[in-house]
Amino acid sequence: MSDPVADAVARAFRDERAAVLATLIRHVGDFQLAEDAVQDAYAAALTTWPRDGVPANPGAWLTVTARRRAIDRLRRDRSVVGRAERLAELVRVDQQEHRAVIDESSIVDDRLRLIFTCCHPALDVSARVALTLRALGGLTTGEIARAFLVAEPTMGKRIVRAKRKIADARIPYEVPRDEELPDRVRGVLRVVYLIFNEGYSATEGDRLVREELCNEAIRLGLLLRELMPDDAEVWGLCALMLLHDSRRRARVDEHGRYLAIGEQDRSRWDQVRIREGLAALERSVRLRRPGQYQLQAAITALQMEDEPDWQRIADLYGALVKLTPTSVVELNRAVAVGFADGPQAGLELLSPLLHDPAVERYQPLHAAHAELLKRAGDRAGAARAYQAAIKLSANDVERAELERRLQDL
Amino acid sequence: MSQYMLLLYANEVEGEELAEREAEIPTIWSELNRGLEEAGLLVAAGRLHLSTTATTVTAISGEAELTDGPFATTKEALAGYYLIEAENLDQALGVAKRIPLIRYGHVEVRPVRGGAG
Repeated sequence: MSDPVADAVARAFRDERAAVLATLIRHVGDFQLAEDAVQDAYAAALTTWPRDGVPANPGAWLTVTARRRAIDRLRRDRSVVGRAERLAELVRVDQQEHRAVIDESSIVDDRLRLIFTCCHPALDVSARVALTLRALGGLTTGEIARAFLVAEPTMGKRIVRAKRKIADARIPYEVPRDEELPDRVRGVLRVVYLIFNEGYSATEGDRLVREELCNEAIRLGLLLRELMPDDAEVWGLCALMLLHDSRRRARVDEHGRYLAIGEQDRSRWDQVRIREGLAALERSVRLRRPGQYQLQAAITALQMEDEPDWQRIADLYGALVKLTPTSVVELNRAVAVGFADGPQAGLELLSPLLHDPAVERYQPLHAAHAELLKRAGDRAGAARAYQAAIKLSANDVERAELERRLQDL
Repeated sequence: MSQYMLLLYANEVEGEELAEREAEIPTIWSELNRGLEEAGLLVAAGRLHLSTTATTVTAISGEAELTDGPFATTKEALAGYYLIEAENLDQALGVAKRIPLIRYGHVEVRPVRGGAG
């Protein structure tokens, strides 16, 4: 039996927490104090809502309650720097706004400020990810620790340390100025994509927590889309995550082996996610500012078609290589060209990578090399490449599959 | 007269240990500072926040890059300093990025305790 009031509190926690926290941080000027006060407000909801009923506007109720709790905490805690000014500011806001409807546009701005603060480049990347999940996603420290396979106290320390740096080094709580904005938006998108990938690609750890990471990343993407609707890469990243996520249940077979898009059971793809992803991609393309996420999403969409147009995919990889010239992108391009223009053309692009220190020990490189050689009719070469791939494989299921392909030669 | 920079190093302690350290010596610090000031010898002195609040800036790779944490290597040596006023960390980092040394070295940006604000 589910308890409707407990459900309402849980829903309010999921839907309203980030906005309530973001606004309170602006008023109180301290991340930790604001977080504690928001926690107090939820505890208060759990005791008063069953008695008085769920308020009509849970977000507004939580905002006002959290602010009052912050005032209480400030009155008690004499150690907070600038306590008197903060207290005066909070009391002023409280008197001014106590009946007022919460202003929608300032909530949007507050959440943007919070995202940019959590993803500030002066913080360690792992701390950016953890803070973002905690402050905007509402995950607990324990959940984040489990998702990243770190001990809970370690993750707790990481988060405390980051919050302390925000306070002591005065990391500003604001949307960056125009000249910094493009870089900083890229930084935010990177954090969101890291969260998604952590949930999507890792094989270890608690599966439910990992799915939660994918869902959180998509929710963050949708939030960014709401906050920055004219940014092509925000839409591009949403498209990419949605299109990947649509295949979440189809990408591993019953033995736990990862399947390429072409090998997957399409009936297990989530059609709603695909439609959302394609709509986001279209919106991104219409903004006419191609970026790495948009290109990756377009490539993924093409690969998911019944008859993939490898020529177009290869062209898109060509464009992607110019934006993000990494060896892994080069490898994917070589594979696509191998399908578009034949194995020889693919091998020409792939060969230089075999001596590239960044990928020379990367198992997929050797597996792709083997496939191209096989199609080019070089069985001996293909066998050697499969053996190289088998040596580099870290996973039993993957190794068994490579051995099967070697036998098939 | 010449100017000298005195660089203070210590193990970073927190909580009780820090309280112990601070309980013993505040008068010694303030006597020292007052004495130097009266003698006209003090230019500036300050206490820094923990090294975990530091951000290191370099542009050795061509583009300015930030790292969380203090600068840590034995090869490069302390070559100079700026003590600046800034609204927040972004402004301070903006100044650090304008220092030509970052093209071949590193600048560690550390907040000073009880600084402007």
